[in-house]
Order: sequence, then C-alpha cells, then structure tokens
Amino acid sequence: MRRFLRPGHDPVRERLKRDLFQFNKTVEHGFPHQPSALGYSPFLRLMAIGTRSGAIKLYGAPGVEFMGLHEENNTVMQIHFIPDQCQLVTLLDDNSLHLWSLKQHGGASELREEHRFTLKGPPGSPPSATQVTAVLPHSSREVLYLGTESGNIFVVELPSFRVLEDRTITPEAVLQRIPEDNCNRRSCELVEALREHPKNPNQILIGYSRALIVLWDLQNNKAIHHFLGSQQLENLYWQKDGSKFISCHYDGSYTQWPVSSDNRQSEPLENTVPYGPFPCKAISKIYWQTTKNGLPYIIFQGGMPRASYGDRHSISVIHGSQQTAFDFTSRVIDFFIIFSSDPAAEFDDPSALVVLAEEELVVIDLKSAGWPAVHPPYLASLHCSAITCSHHVSNIPLKLWERIISAGSKQNMHYSSMPWPIDGGTNIAPDPPQRDLLLTGHEDGTVRFWDASGVCLHLLYKLSTVRVFLTDADPNDNMNTLGEDEWPPLRKVGTFDPYSDDPRLGIQKIYLCKYSGYLAVAGTAGQVLVMELNDEDAEHVVDHAEADLLQDQEGYRWKGHEKLKTRDGPVRFEAGFQPFVLVQCQPPAVVTSLALHSEWKLVAFGTSHGFGLFDHQQKRLVFVKCTLHPSDQLALEGPLSRVKSLKKSLRQSFRRIRRSRVSSRKRRGGGGNASEVQEANAKFDQDALQEMELAPVQRKIEARSAEDSFTGFVRTLYFADTFLRDSSRHCPSLWAGTNGGTVYAFCLRVPPAERRMDEPVRAEQAKEIQLMHRAPVVGILVLDGRSTPLPEPLEVAHDLSKSPDMQGSHQLLVVSEEQFKVFTLPKVSSKLKLKLTALEGCRVRKVTVANFGSCKTDDYSENDLAVLTNLGDIQIISLPFLKLQIRYPCIRKEDVSGIASCVFTKYGQGFYLISPSEFERFSLSTKWLVEPRCIVDMPEVTSNNHVHNKSGTENAARKS
Amino acid sequence: EFRRFSLERSKPGKFEEFYGLLQHVHKIPNVDVLVGYTDIHGDLLPINNDDNYHKAVSTANPLLRIFIQRKEDADYSAFGTDTVTRKKNVLSNVLRPDNHKKKPHIVISMPQDFRPVSSIIDVDILPETHRRVRLYKYGTDKPLGFYIRDGSSVRVTPHGLEKVPGIFISRLVPGGLAQSTGLLAVNDEVLEVNGIEVSGKSLDQVTDMMIANSRNLIITVRPANQRNNVVRNSRTSGSSGQSTESSLPSSTPNILGNLLQGEEESDEEDIIIEDSGEPQQIPKAAPTSESIESLSQIELLHESTQNGFLPSSEVNLNHSAGSISVEYEVPEPGRKSLEEDGTIITL
Repeated sequence: MRRFLRPGHDPVRERLKRDLFQFNKTVEHGFPHQPSALGYSPFLRLMAIGTRSGAIKLYGAPGVEFMGLHEENNTVMQIHFIPDQCQLVTLLDDNSLHLWSLKQHGGASELREEHRFTLKGPPGSPPSATQVTAVLPHSSREVLYLGTESGNIFVVELPSFRVLEDRTITPEAVLQRIPEDNCNRRSCELVEALREHPKNPNQILIGYSRALIVLWDLQNNKAIHHFLGSQQLENLYWQKDGSKFISCHYDGSYTQWPVSSDNRQSEPLENTVPYGPFPCKAISKIYWQTTKNGLPYIIFQGGMPRASYGDRHSISVIHGSQQTAFDFTSRVIDFFIIFSSDPAAEFDDPSALVVLAEEELVVIDLKSAGWPAVHPPYLASLHCSAITCSHHVSNIPLKLWERIISAGSKQNMHYSSMPWPIDGGTNIAPDPPQRDLLLTGHEDGTVRFWDASGVCLHLLYKLSTVRVFLTDADPNDNMNTLGEDEWPPLRKVGTFDPYSDDPRLGIQKIYLCKYSGYLAVAGTAGQVLVMELNDEDAEHVVDHAEADLLQDQEGYRWKGHEKLKTRDGPVRFEAGFQPFVLVQCQPPAVVTSLALHSEWKLVAFGTSHGFGLFDHQQKRLVFVKCTLHPSDQLALEGPLSRVKSLKKSLRQSFRRIRRSRVSSRKRRGGGGNASEVQEANAKFDQDALQEMELAPVQRKIEARSAEDSFTGFVRTLYFADTFLRDSSRHCPSLWAGTNGGTVYAFCLRVPPAERRMDEPVRAEQAKEIQLMHRAPVVGILVLDGRSTPLPEPLEVAHDLSKSPDMQGSHQLLVVSEEQFKVFTLPKVSSKLKLKLTALEGCRVRKVTVANFGSCKTDDYSENDLAVLTNLGDIQIISLPFLKLQIRYPCIRKEDVSGIASCVFTKYGQGFYLISPSEFERFSLSTKWLVEPRCIVDMPEVTSNNHVHNKSGTENAARKS
Repeated sequence: EFRRFSLERSKPGKFEEFYGLLQHVHKIPNVDVLVGYTDIHGDLLPINNDDNYHKAVSTANPLLRIFIQRKEDADYSAFGTDTVTRKKNVLSNVLRPDNHKKKPHIVISMPQDFRPVSSIIDVDILPETHRRVRLYKYGTDKPLGFYIRDGSSVRVTPHGLEKVPGIFISRLVPGGLAQSTGLLAVNDEVLEVNGIEVSGKSLDQVTDMMIANSRNLIITVRPANQRNNVVRNSRTSGSSGQSTESSLPSSTPNILGNLLQGEEESDEEDIIIEDSGEPQQIPKAAPTSESIESLSQIELLHESTQNGFLPSSEVNLNHSAGSISVEYEVPEPGRKSLEEDGTIITL
C-alpha cells in the first residue's frame, strides 16, 4: 500500500530541496544571432551590440557584460552612447527611441531601460516626416539631434525626450542662407549624417542625402558654410582639429573638404575613388585618423569595384603606402575605431579597428606591423562551422588544462599580442570554482575546446580530424588564394566558414578522459578516432581497423554514403591531440554512441547496425554485435542519403547566392519597404498557419512492435565494473542500449597490466534485457552498494572519488525515453520504476547524473538525475528512489534544435543552443552558478567635461 | 463442516498467516483451497491476498462468514466471471462490489480460456455522460487501431459556456481492437488516459501517453452519441447524482485507483536472456506482498507463453485445465527461492 502515498510532502525534504535546487538562466555564450547595430563608448570603453530580435548586449573587459531586451522585439537600427555618461540611446525599426542606463544596484551594475519615445509630427504629416535617419547625442549631454527623412532635424531634451520645437532645424531655415542657383527644397530631403564639430560644440555638420552639406551654428541658428558634392552622400567624418572633414559617397568616392572661416562656399580639396576607375560600390562609412608621423589612417567600408568584387564585405585601411582591404566572411554590420580618447592629445593615434560582421566580431590591431587580428576573449563564433554535438567535462586537472592551453597557443601565433582593447568596467564575479571544458563537434570535422569555466566562453584549442582522411575537397577552391600584387589588396579575415566540403567528416560523438588525456571522437561516416595528447608536433602512421557490424547478415545493401578514404603512410600532426587509432564501421553509418574506458584501454562505438569494442592498446577489435532486426530494411539502406544530397545542393546554391548578392542593401530603402515586407510575411505566415489548422492533424495510436524500423540503433554505451554473473566476483562489463528497448550486457576479461599486451581482451555476452514498453534506451548506469553511481575510470586512481562499494549489492538503472527502471544485479529483477510518459506524455531526451551541493552546508551533497524532456522541461529525479524532485520549464517545446543540443554538466549546470551561434547557460544548482557580475564606474570627469581614462580605470580597479 | 473461531479485528495479520490458520483449524494442512467471504451486500467475494483479507476483516459485522472450497472442485463462477483470473479485478471487486454482480453466471468453460478484450469500468463513479473504456492489448496481433486529433469542445464554466481545446477520436481502423469493441467511436472526446486528464496536453503528449499505456489502455471519453449511455439503477444513483454535472470527474480516489491498476499491470513484463539461455520474464525484487507477487508472476509467465515469447515446448506451464491448480497455487514459505532456481536460468 506504500505506493498510495503521494511523494514529496516531507517538510524536511522540502526544505532540503530548496537548499539544493534552483533554476536560473545565467548567461548567453557565443555570438549574438542576427546582429543589426553596433555602438561604442570611448568614455566607458564599452561596446554595444543590438540584434534583430530587439536584444541589446554590452561588452567591456572580459567578464563584463550586460544584456537588455526591448519589449517590442523590433530590430535595433542604431545605438548611440551619450557622451561621458553611463547611458545609451537605441533606435528601433519602428522608429522608437529608447534610453538605457547602467545603474549600480546591490553592488553590481545593471542595464535598465529608462524611457522610450517616438517622434510625432504635426497631424496629417506623412510618416516619413518623423522617420529618424540620423541621431546625434550632443556633447552637452542635454539634447539629442534627430535627423529625419523629411530633412527636418528635431531637438529632444534628455532624459525626458521632450521635443524642443523652437530649436527644430527645418530645411527652409537651412535654404535661406544658401544661394538658390545650386540648391532647392529637394536638396534638403533626408538627413544622412549629423556630426558635431570636434572643437566647437556650437557647430554641427549636417549632411543631406543629395550631397548638400551644411555647417550649422546652433547658437545663432544659421548656416555658416555649405558644401555641395556631386554624388549622393553616404557619411561624414570630422578631422580631429576641425579644419577639414571628409565625406563618402554612393559611387565609391570620398572627398575632403576644408573648413575656413572666410570662404562660405568651399570647393573640395581632394576627391578620390580608391578602387576606380570602373564603377564602384558605395562607401558607407569613413574614418580619417591623424598620427604623429603625419600619414593619416583612412578607413572605410565598401567601395569595391562593382562588377568584379561587388559581393565582398570589405573594410579598407589606407596608411601611407600600406593598403589592405579586409575581406569579411559575412556582411559588415558596422565598425568603429579605438583611438586615443585623451582630448589633450594632438593626434588620434588609432590602435584598433573593431568590425561587427553578421556572423562574427573581428578586431584588427592597427599598431602592430601587418595589422594582425586580435583574439577576442568573448563573442566567439560557435557556429563558424555548424555545431553537430557537444560534450562537457567538469573539473579538469590543472596539468591537462595547461597542456591544452599550450597546444592552443601554438595555433594562435598569428594573432596579435595586443591586450583586448575594449576593457571598460570591472568584473567582480568570484573566480570560477573549477576548470570546465566544453567540447563542440562541428560539421567540418573539427572539435573545438572552449573554456567554459566562467562567463567568457573562449576558444582554447581547435582540433581537426580532416588530416587523417583523403577528402574530395578541392584545394584550389579557396577564395583567399590571391597573389601579392593583386588589386584590390584583399585579405581574408575571420573564421566563420559554415561550408563543409564533405559532410561525412562531421563529428557526432566526443568522449574525453580528463585523467589520461585520451580523446575519442566519432563521426558521420562511421569513423572512430582515438587520440592522445602530445605536446610536440609528430609524424606517424595512424593504425587503421575496420569493424563489420553486419557480420553474418546476408543480402543487405547499404545505399548511404561511402566510407572515408584514409591517407596512406605517416601523417604530420601538430601539437595537441593526435590520433593513433582509426576504426571505421562498416556500413559507414553515423556513429550514434561512443564510450571510452581509459583504464582498460577500450573504446566502444555503436551505429544503427550494431556496436563494437576495440582494444586501443593492442589495436585489436575485440568483438562486434549486430543489433539489427532482420526486417529493418531502412537502417541498412541508409535512409539519409537523399537528405544529404539535398542538403549539399542547398549548400552549393547558397554559395552561389553569397557570391552574387549585392552586398549592402540600402538602409532608407529598407525603412519603408522592410516593414511592408515584414507585414506581408506576417500575413503569409498567418495564412499558412490557418491553412495548417484546417488540415486535420491526427496521430495513430498503436502499440510499438518489434518490427519498427531503427530498433537496432544503438543509443547508449556504458562501461562498468560490476557483478554481472554472480554476486561474489565483479568484472569489467560493457552495456549497450538500443532504440528498440533492448539492453545488452557483455562480460569482459581484461588482462592485468603486466600481461596487458600479451593476452587478448575477451568478451562474452552475459545478459540481454528486453524492455516490454520497447522505448529507446537513452541511459544506463550502475549504482554501487551505497547506491552511488560508479565513478568514472581513473577517478579513484587519482584520489578524486571514493572507491565504489563492492560489498553491497549493485543496481542497474536503465533509462528509456519513457521510463526509469532499477534492476538488481547480478540477478536481474526489477526493483523500482518511474513511468514518465504514461503519466505526463513527455519523453526523456537527455539524462545525466549530477551532483548537487547544499548552499547552506558545505558537507552535504547528493547525486540526482537531471532530465530534459521533449517538452523542454527539466526534471530532477532522486537516486536511487526515482522520486521526482522538481521540474522547471526551460526550453520552448517547439525549439527542437535547442532541446537536441542540450548538455548537462556533472554539477547541475547545462548549456543549450538558442541560435546556431549562441549557447544559453543555465544552472539547476544553488551552489554552482556562473553568471556575470560586474561594475561600470563613471570615469572621473574633469572640469572641461572630458575624460582622463587612466584615472577612470584606476578608480575601477581600486573599487574591486 | 463449520468452524467458528475469533480474530483480533485491529490486528488481522497477513493473509498467509490466516490461510495457515484456516488449514490448521480445518485440519487440512496440504490441501489447496479457495477462500471466500460474504460482504455486507451478500456477495461472495474471494480472499486471496492481504488487501482483500483486511477488507474482509474490517467489514465483518460482527461476524465474518468465510467459505472454503477445495481448489480442484471449486466453483469459479461463484465469484463472478473473471474475479480470479486477473488479480487487479480482485481489487476492483472489493472497491466496486456491484461491478460484476449483475452478470449472469453462465459457465461456458473455465474462465481462463477466455480473455476480455475490453470493458466499461467505473460506471458507478463517472457521470452518465462519460464512459471509461479499458482495452486489453495482450500479445494479440490485432492493432489497437484508432487515431486521435485536436479539436474543440464546449464546457460549462462559472463564466458561462466556453470553447476549449480537446482531443477527439478521429478514425477507427476497420478490424482493429477499438472498432471491434464497439465502445469507442469517431468524434468521441478523450477526457482521460489511465486516470490522467488530457486537458492542457498537446496531441503529441496524449499520443505518447496512450502508446506508453498501450498494454493496458484506459480511456475516458465523452461519447459523441449520448443515446447509448448506461442508465443506472437506484442503488448507484446516489453516488452518480452529483457527478452528472458537466465538469470533469476528477475525484482523487478514482484517479488513484486507475494509477494503481496501471502500476500493477505490465510491471514485470521485461524479458531477460542470460548468456545464451532462454528468455525469461524479469521477476520483481523483494516483493512487499508475497502472495500477490508470486501469483502474478506465474500468471505473467502464463501470459508470455501466449505472447509467443516462449516456445511452448520449452515451458511446461501450459494453460490446459489440468494445470490450473498449479497456476493458482498459493505459495508456501520458501517457495520463492525454489522458484528462482527453477524458472530463471542463472548462469
């Protein structure tokens, strides 16, 4: 009758649960999805990135980051920091302005939205009258100048956003002072740029789209000068002393204009088309930076010859005779230059170029010879090749950590040694409690090692498995192979390259043993590589074996992809993880499960056809087991082949599109049209939705039978030293669980260390359990006599875990998608179970044992199961009694890729992809919480309203 | 023969002790017997486990009349048609004594030779507009054979009529189990699956729940055709009176009862093959109630022979009438270990 009792009403346990479990989404790692705007405050030394979903993220020194979200979820078009303030203004594509500020609260700074405002024109005026195109926060910090499509420049007070109507600069007022022969009303349509005079805050430069540029006196409300270009204006930039400014144009030209007090209408000093003489694309933004040696840096975006390089996303830097067109892998959203912010300095002295491209952030060191890139400590492009799997390893021993870092630093030689130039704010978060590694497998056959200990996820080391294989990738198909004297002087920068030339190289499973440094990696074409960490470069032959998983099954034909061809002879590997064994499954289907036992030197792998065990010490295949059901034709024929080819052709057509696409879409053209398109899209979506709802969706209710396809698919593999055959002797064992609810257990005989090379490893099938509900087995675990999960291999040898209790009786936990079941060992009798699907209708997608410590007392911790279901819920289930402890909604159930990408850590944290390029980090534990905590102090402001940045950072450092 | 003896009502002890006591009192230590008692309504109900034994003792008023029959010549029909065949019906019989009472006791053959394929259950606690149907999916080849879809239905709420999403039966497969029972029809609204309300759950969730429970599926529906509803007699109308309102019946004991049935069903069905031996049902470890567990174990073995998991030649437990006494034997102490050696091949 005990089962009638409802669990979870024990007050002591309830209190303990509060001390153990807590759900928080703590930080987003990676690169923001679809960035749309960039801003920088030289005063705070903070950078802001806005996205198309209305998020705004601020970044400073590593660990300093803030995030805000506009309620409207509209695209952020522009971001402007208020000079010398902890405030910024954003412009969204619905023409609303938002004022955000960084305020200290409870010892840490927080980003909050303070006000919002939408410019309203007089009644009856067209929307374009108030469509904001240019924003200028004035250095007085009291007003914003808003240039509009109508040519009016409105003045609003800060922070109230009150419109100062008497100060509006109308086109009529501007035209009064300009001779009518070369200007008319239409010349003043659409304000393209507003720039404050660098020396005189009472003068602003107004640039209208039709190439009329006016220097406006704010005090006397009149035009001092006007300048008339011949080409449509794109942007303006003042030189530091205010004696000249530079304008850039739609035809790919830029022009220097002198500003002198005597001459009211000026002629240009210099008009250049840098990539002429053939028609060029627009230069959309330009910087002119002075230096001590007199040669300026001219840095501009675009301007490439339209016909031959119109598809490039480039930013050119010209300094004397040096000229480089940095060629980005994706569209450039915006860029800024970091230069001396000391107003007393005579020169700009630029130090770094920061470019936000659509898929990555690139920082170029302008101080060092050759202008190398700077390795960013955050905003890593996780998706530089699509992520195919991930694996988390907690608490890495210092030795291994250092070796990985040293291997990685050898790969990063080409990066600049410049310290990270965006260094505002102070990170006050406690040091991460342990060293954690997140390993991501990618479609192009690489594995990336990320430092996941703290708030900044950054790349430590990148491993490529490609070198082992002969691929059909054409070595000439490289967009970067340009000779020395090529013109334009393009130079490819950035790492984003989502185009895998051979999808078979994709990484599917990763297993790293943190004690021994053994790494096993398995891929799409049935390849399994075992690697060892080597601190030196080496050239050696990779031992190669084949595992025929079909064994004696006759008459089947694999219609999927071919296996990868291997390179003959020795292969040169750089320092780091170097493969020494390659096992290729036959048929070469995707490897669906992988386990490595570094103590026994065994690696187990499974595909949809079966599983095998390989002795990587003796380099000998121990056994294979075919799990196929004879009727399961689908698995044999490789059903994915069609999908694959479709994917490939899609990829190729994307490439074509990328090459031919006209790069910079006009902003203003988008203003009206984009919203129309969006509306139309929304309408279409809605129609499609309605249509979907009309079509009846129905689901068949049928008990699963043994004949379902993919029953042989091996979902999980597990090594355990346990009592498999009798209760007196324990032995090494290998467990495998399939999609059809079958669990196989093999008894292994591993020779003792001294005879390890002499005697073969033997295996014998000991048990086979068929779960009658036939749901896929997603997890297998053995609990020792104290009901604690067995430790990882070598964990005990390194004194990091108590040795397992081999006295009491062991228990086997089998987790299927639908149920959790505990069986006794060695005689398999069912002991306990928890049915999930039968009661909730949800299925287990991911399950891991996690250790939860109490936030109240240091000496209490317990092991529980962390479970993610197909509904995106996270549940914590106690061990060994299988009682549901707590449940949190985490991921939207429609977000299938988010659910599929989720990975739990051993200490109750987890990661999942919220976009192809971003991991959301969450924590289930009260104790292990990694979240940003930082302070942004107002640097000291001197009497002349300017900054002494040095004192500012010192101030911040002192406070910490 | 009549015997009269006394028991302590507050401490009835275990059924096994009681059984031993009966054998002792009647001086039939080695004879297998069936034990029954008469409840307050005068129905003859069996005593074969701790639960119904306790129930019997607690309902004694003040006398508990017990009938003992020798197993070989026991009249099974006296207990109702399928009382003994499926253990949980023993329970449901205790909980709902009038369930099987009205059925005519026509004995065609031994009840073990037949299996129910479906039944309407919980008639007394459900509103008359609802029907709770149980589909028994054994190892038969017959598919469950129905489809469900999303839809909307109108509910009476405190704020008036309200349209709410619901799950409906959309199609019955000809020749399928669902169609052959005649208890489910297209456009019936599904309200509960094995005691769990489906409101607020998605179509996929409900599908998964049904499939997970497919071996013992209990669905509560509101039939589209309300003309064939069960009309109750006066005895049950008292309880059904308040539940005829259009709100969903979700009384806890009701759900619990079903959960219990779900738990007891299909528990030990997983199969283990040791080395390259023969497949065996996995027994339950450390059962709480000896008698009911071993009984069910034998029963399940019996079931598995019919499921085709065991070639009948390998196993001597077939279901001919002669072996019935073996199958329903109440185990003696020590039998448990004996059985482990016998039926589970441990290598």
